[in-house]
Amino acid sequence: MASMNEFGNNLYSGKTSFPFVGKRRLWFIIAIALVVGSILVPLIRPIQFSIEFTGGSQFTVQAPDSIDQKTASTAVHSVVPTATTKVVVVSGKDIRVQTDQMSDEETQKVSAALADAYGVETDSVTSSYIGPAWGENVTRQSLWGLAIFLALTFLILALYFRTWKMSAAAIIGLLDVLVITIGVYALAGFEISPAAVIGFLTILAYSLYDTTVVFDKIRENTTEDGEKSGRTFGESVNLAVNQTLVRSINTSIVAALPVGAILFIGAFWLGAETLTDISLSIFVGILVATYSTLFVAAPLYSLFRENEPQIKSRDAKVRAARLKATADV
Amino acid sequence: MASSSPVRHAWRVLLGLVLVTGVLFGINALGVYVFQKSSWTPELALDLQGGTQIVLQAQTEDGAAPSQEQMDQAAAIIRQRVDASGVSEADITTEGGQNIVVQIPGVADEQTRDRIKSSAQLEFRAVLATTAASNEFVGDDGNSTPYPSPDPSLNATPTAKPTDASDPSWVTDKLQAEFLAYDCANPDNDPARAPKDQPLIACDDMGQAKYLLGPAELDGTAITDAVAGRDPKSGAWLVQLTMNDKGTEDFGTVSTRLNQYRLDGLSPRDQFAFVLDGRVISAPRMNGLILDGRPSISGSFTQESATTLADQLKFGALPLSFTVQSSGTVSATLGTQQLQIGLIAGLIGLALVAVYSLIVYRALGAIIVASIAVMGVLTYIIICILAWRMGFRLSLAGVAGLIVSIGFVADSFIVYFERIRDELRDGKSITAAVEDGWGRAKRTIYISKSINILAAVVLYILADATVKGFAFTLGLTTLIDVFIFVIFTHPVMQLLVRTRFFGGGHPLSGLDPQALGAVYRSRSQFREVATASAGRGARVARSRGEADRRQTIAERKRAEALAAERSSTTSGEGEN
Repeated sequence: MASMNEFGNNLYSGKTSFPFVGKRRLWFIIAIALVVGSILVPLIRPIQFSIEFTGGSQFTVQAPDSIDQKTASTAVHSVVPTATTKVVVVSGKDIRVQTDQMSDEETQKVSAALADAYGVETDSVTSSYIGPAWGENVTRQSLWGLAIFLALTFLILALYFRTWKMSAAAIIGLLDVLVITIGVYALAGFEISPAAVIGFLTILAYSLYDTTVVFDKIRENTTEDGEKSGRTFGESVNLAVNQTLVRSINTSIVAALPVGAILFIGAFWLGAETLTDISLSIFVGILVATYSTLFVAAPLYSLFRENEPQIKSRDAKVRAARLKATADV
Repeated sequence: MASSSPVRHAWRVLLGLVLVTGVLFGINALGVYVFQKSSWTPELALDLQGGTQIVLQAQTEDGAAPSQEQMDQAAAIIRQRVDASGVSEADITTEGGQNIVVQIPGVADEQTRDRIKSSAQLEFRAVLATTAASNEFVGDDGNSTPYPSPDPSLNATPTAKPTDASDPSWVTDKLQAEFLAYDCANPDNDPARAPKDQPLIACDDMGQAKYLLGPAELDGTAITDAVAGRDPKSGAWLVQLTMNDKGTEDFGTVSTRLNQYRLDGLSPRDQFAFVLDGRVISAPRMNGLILDGRPSISGSFTQESATTLADQLKFGALPLSFTVQSSGTVSATLGTQQLQIGLIAGLIGLALVAVYSLIVYRALGAIIVASIAVMGVLTYIIICILAWRMGFRLSLAGVAGLIVSIGFVADSFIVYFERIRDELRDGKSITAAVEDGWGRAKRTIYISKSINILAAVVLYILADATVKGFAFTLGLTTLIDVFIFVIFTHPVMQLLVRTRFFGGGHPLSGLDPQALGAVYRSRSQFREVATASAGRGARVARSRGEADRRQTIAERKRAEALAAERSSTTSGEGEN
């Protein structure tokens, strides 16, 4: 992996440099386009919420001999003639039936009717009932969790980095990740289930973690040797991002590998809905989070700080010296 | 050779790790062999072992949110009901402000469900007869024989219309036969099905006595308060009841009647029973006329038993009702299958991470793999211990948390190794690079991991059961990760850089300074990089650092200008 090393060396020394800060206007335009797009997607393709959020009853018939979907509707209607049913074949061999909410008694009867219709044991029919309050509770709790988490993070990062501007940049980057990930989800037509919500919450943690690592290097470059470096503030930030680029790439690959493994297995081996839902949101989120740290959070931080009088005057000095040196040579 | 103190330190830290691991295994061994409560495999949650989960919402009659005390009592009431239905190993927990989560292995039948969700019913019934709990009698042959099931043709209607709740004419031939045959070990006192206006057969809490009771005369609403206290004279524990106006009046009537039976010596008809969910929680004897609605129950109470009874009376009196919020059944085969998928996905993920680490970091990748292995062992044993001490059960979301954590854990190493490489690029010796790289990497890791732990804690506190499992494993693994990092990875690195393979920067070690754009001869003596792969920029950056330190102010200004020029053109041509 000599080439990888060399790439790393060049990034470290500044020989190779990607203009994360220099071209930030372009990155911001792209980011805004992505966010706006993600917000618009649900208008065209409404976000699908799983039964946990809408309430209802769900039955799964495991591996029946026939996967005729009509059989299921007929069986349900034999118990509750007016029920609306949504029958899908899950992973090619199981039948999943979602209906309106049913009473306990009806649930038992429908289970029995389904088992009978498909000629399987009663044990092979699983049923679940979700009251409408459930999804509401989860959503409310999640939003509270999000708010409290963001507030605490803002505080901790501001204390650690000694500037609230890093907190602000990190959290804007985080919201960017969240909106885009949900946008991708909606675009692909994936259902938002409680498991997916867990995934989204994990992405928050991951995204902030990723941003913190890069920001720590920025802090180092802009404070520890910033004064003598002969670089403007923006250049120091950019160098830090480039210096941690190999780490960022390796991290997202290594973090995505196990999650990808779950996805892969889940897609071929059926019934692991929870695992697939969690891993899908995390997989998308990891990629978006890496992008967002590099192209949104770091340039944003540089933008926030550049107009501070102290930094402005220093940058001006560096630029003047640079001009003078060019003239000297 | 560097001073041996980091080496000694490293060995000491590693010894510490071995000790910690040993202690953890020891604790679990204690749990397994001495207390017989723990196991060497983690406990699995319902979604992995199969079973029924019912989430109930507790509601008070006036719609107010129940207090934590009421919730605990409600959970206790439901636990008794589930136990009474013969289901073993049910897991009943309160969650959030209002929910009670009932997890039962296997499929819950309709009767169990009905029983679980019926509201708490406290009734006062007069005692008509009482015997020991046995449903057997000693026959002529001297052997115990169970009473036969009552003949359905026996008379089931009272011969004379009973005049009050204590009237013996309630006891029909059929009821008498049923009473004798009633089995306290297998009670059939479904609270949803006990008609208030009919006699009831019920056993006591301990299953030691059974009672034939008259129809209910008062219900729990009559009680406004129940407290455990001490008799000011004897100092014995007792339970003091306070009744509302209607309760006072009704209880006065009952008291008058039962007190008369006492005076007439008609035991046990001078007793009345408090029946909660079809079980007799107390059956005191009337000791006098109580007309003020403030009876107190005395007996051989301990503080604990008095408090329990007071709580049962107080909260049983609250007509808490339960509505089903969600219920679901996972078959055992589906659970096993999900676990299998999770484990296989985890193994594949682990293998992929290992392969990638070995490619990118060469021999250092082996340290990543070793650290993840140590982490796996510690996480496993801690989960076993938590299952024992805290009832932690590994759910599918928890398994996902563990798998996801593999990638997150590997990242700490990436941060560390990249740091070491950066230090090498600055021209430091390998041993110095490991120490300095560690000094810088640990700051980054501490702050970023604290953010992760914070996220896990917030999630854990606010989330519902499914999310909790995930937040818990994620938080736990992050903590273990930082621990391993300090107590395993770093000391191992410190030791390994003393070997020729790593310390000499072998091309396969992942620490080859030449490939990383720096070459050193000995400590703090540098020479220029000759290889093509070593970037000029590295040299420039390094020289600049060196030069900076020796410059006068005037020189520095000049250098600053040069440096500025250099970074703007990126080619870095020019002399130093």
